[in-house]
Amino acid sequence: MNMQNQAQYVLRTVEERGIRMVQLWFTDVLGRHKAFHVTPAELADALDEGMTFDGSAIDGFSRGQESDVLARPDLTTFQLLPWHAEGSGVASVFCDIVKIDGTPFEGCPRQQLRRVLNEARTRGYTFFVAPEMEYFYFNSLETSAPPVPVDRGSYFDLLPDDTASQLRRRTVLTLEEMGIGVEHAQHEDAPGQHEIDLRYTDALTMADTVMTVRHVIKELARQSNIAASFMPKPLSHEQGSGMHTHVSLWREDTNAFIGDGPYGLSVVAQQFIAGLVHHAPEITAITNQWVNSYKRLVPGHEAPVSAAWARFEPSALVRVPTVKTGRFDSTRVEYRAPDPAANPYLAFAVILAAGLRGIEGGYELPAEGQATTYLPRSLAEATELMERSQLLHETLGEHLVEWFLRNKRAEWASYRSEVTPFELERYLPLL
Amino acid sequence: MNLDTLLCVPTCDGPLLKAFTLVGIRCVVSATGRLDDIARAEPSEGFSGAVVDASTMSMTDAMGLCRQLRAREKSLSPIMVILDPHQVDELTFREDLFDDFILTPLDVNEMAARLRHRLRRAGHEGGTALVDLGGLLINLETYQASIAGRTLDLTYMEYELLRFLATNPHRVFTRETLLNRVWGYEYYGGARTVDVHVRRLRAKLGEEHAHLIATIRSVGYKFSLTSNWSDDED
Repeated sequence: MNMQNQAQYVLRTVEERGIRMVQLWFTDVLGRHKAFHVTPAELADALDEGMTFDGSAIDGFSRGQESDVLARPDLTTFQLLPWHAEGSGVASVFCDIVKIDGTPFEGCPRQQLRRVLNEARTRGYTFFVAPEMEYFYFNSLETSAPPVPVDRGSYFDLLPDDTASQLRRRTVLTLEEMGIGVEHAQHEDAPGQHEIDLRYTDALTMADTVMTVRHVIKELARQSNIAASFMPKPLSHEQGSGMHTHVSLWREDTNAFIGDGPYGLSVVAQQFIAGLVHHAPEITAITNQWVNSYKRLVPGHEAPVSAAWARFEPSALVRVPTVKTGRFDSTRVEYRAPDPAANPYLAFAVILAAGLRGIEGGYELPAEGQATTYLPRSLAEATELMERSQLLHETLGEHLVEWFLRNKRAEWASYRSEVTPFELERYLPLL
Repeated sequence: MNLDTLLCVPTCDGPLLKAFTLVGIRCVVSATGRLDDIARAEPSEGFSGAVVDASTMSMTDAMGLCRQLRAREKSLSPIMVILDPHQVDELTFREDLFDDFILTPLDVNEMAARLRHRLRRAGHEGGTALVDLGGLLINLETYQASIAGRTLDLTYMEYELLRFLATNPHRVFTRETLLNRVWGYEYYGGARTVDVHVRRLRAKLGEEHAHLIATIRSVGYKFSLTSNWSDDED
């Protein structure tokens, strides 16, 4: 690929399409979407040299003494944001964060994912990912009272053309317009809960896509005076929002998961599943990174609580979806722990790393439906498991793991000392 | 569609081929450089010029060929000559035989820029070529594409893939070829990446025009103006 042509393409497009602002997008360690805004006049420099900024202002980016880092646009990700009017257009481009000397910065989630993808590639594998994004539409994000869902629908309900369904349809059309393939979209189980299933791409593209999709869903909702939220468990007695992630490994043109084993799985697929099941507890801090994430991972709402694999069981951690006859290429594995508030770069990185460990170590697939171990039940447990995890230290690097642990311990500490409505309701009148 | 075809003697590969791809022009190769071979290979609309790689032959042969190309009934212009640096001295008094020269090792961008410039100076469409096929319009100079008058918002790779297929209509390319010619090698998706991008492109083209990129089952893809296309959904 030719960098100069890519830059030419971007600059010419900005000129021809009357783009007034280009957003340089990147992601902090917790997966929050960050952006610089540059005008076309500054763009050529930004594309050429990247944008220097003080990393200590970003979660997980500080590196002590020398805190300056460089955001370097990945020009293949340049895209127009279709909801801005023609003539005053806005475009976006994802950035990699590098050190001032141009070497990869270990706090950059995008490059951590690249690293694991490169590792897979040296073994001849490419990694494809298709997540299902669940989220809620609420009337507002006002936090003084529990949020109110915009509709009262449930699983697959076809409601008369209400605001939420219209909004979801408009969102899907916008995503398609941006070239983001949507497999299907539906109303989910809980009131106000919707789901958009994305069509597979390579994992790096998909992590970018998840960032874009979260942004588009929130932005279009905001334009309709509705609030979209990816909070894993916003309503106490309803199902939470997950990001079930379908994955497959490919060798050249061949799906490496297809084989003669149970359910048409290859040995590689079985070892990959075994790796996922085995390492699930330690990677949960990444795939479910908030205090609130663990309120979703409870029995009774089809969310996994223990590390088992199965064909159908909806609460299994790893599922092997049925493949339609003649569509063996879609043979894949569904990892059901992650929630949509995870950092997609890191989540895909650790899922792949866990699966690769299984292949590398020739792990034995446990019996179907048999839980070998429990998933952590709280952020505190998850961070403990993370700290002891060799897999995570090797996959994400010391810098990132250390920062992450510090941040999550602080989050847990401030949660632990909080007196909740649950306690007040229960104890105040009684004790 | 007004795509230029240039004659290349004796080969068109490596950086030269990349430059052709960049500019969006076609080449016809004549390994022998014999006029009867060249005439047989000439497209009906004629050649828009020629590239003679003198670095692979003697200067006398190369200049002899240029002279013949000029003297043809359909005189060829512009003629561009590729030279080894040590051959530069031998250009003296032969300036009328060629329009431009470039030294090896070839720089893809320089070659592309010179091709564009020369084609434009010669009054060919080359540099400003428009692809106009089945409602698809691509301005190769401004990188803007539209379908049935609707501007397409494309990423760089989507644009490159569309341009590559549309400037080689009706030719079937395997995914490997597309990966090599359009992407280069630094991509994570492997051959499936091509499928993903084709899917994206079709989505952007819209249902009515999605058939422009046809799937040739178990081979690859081609740009096609007929509307029966196989569905590769999986």
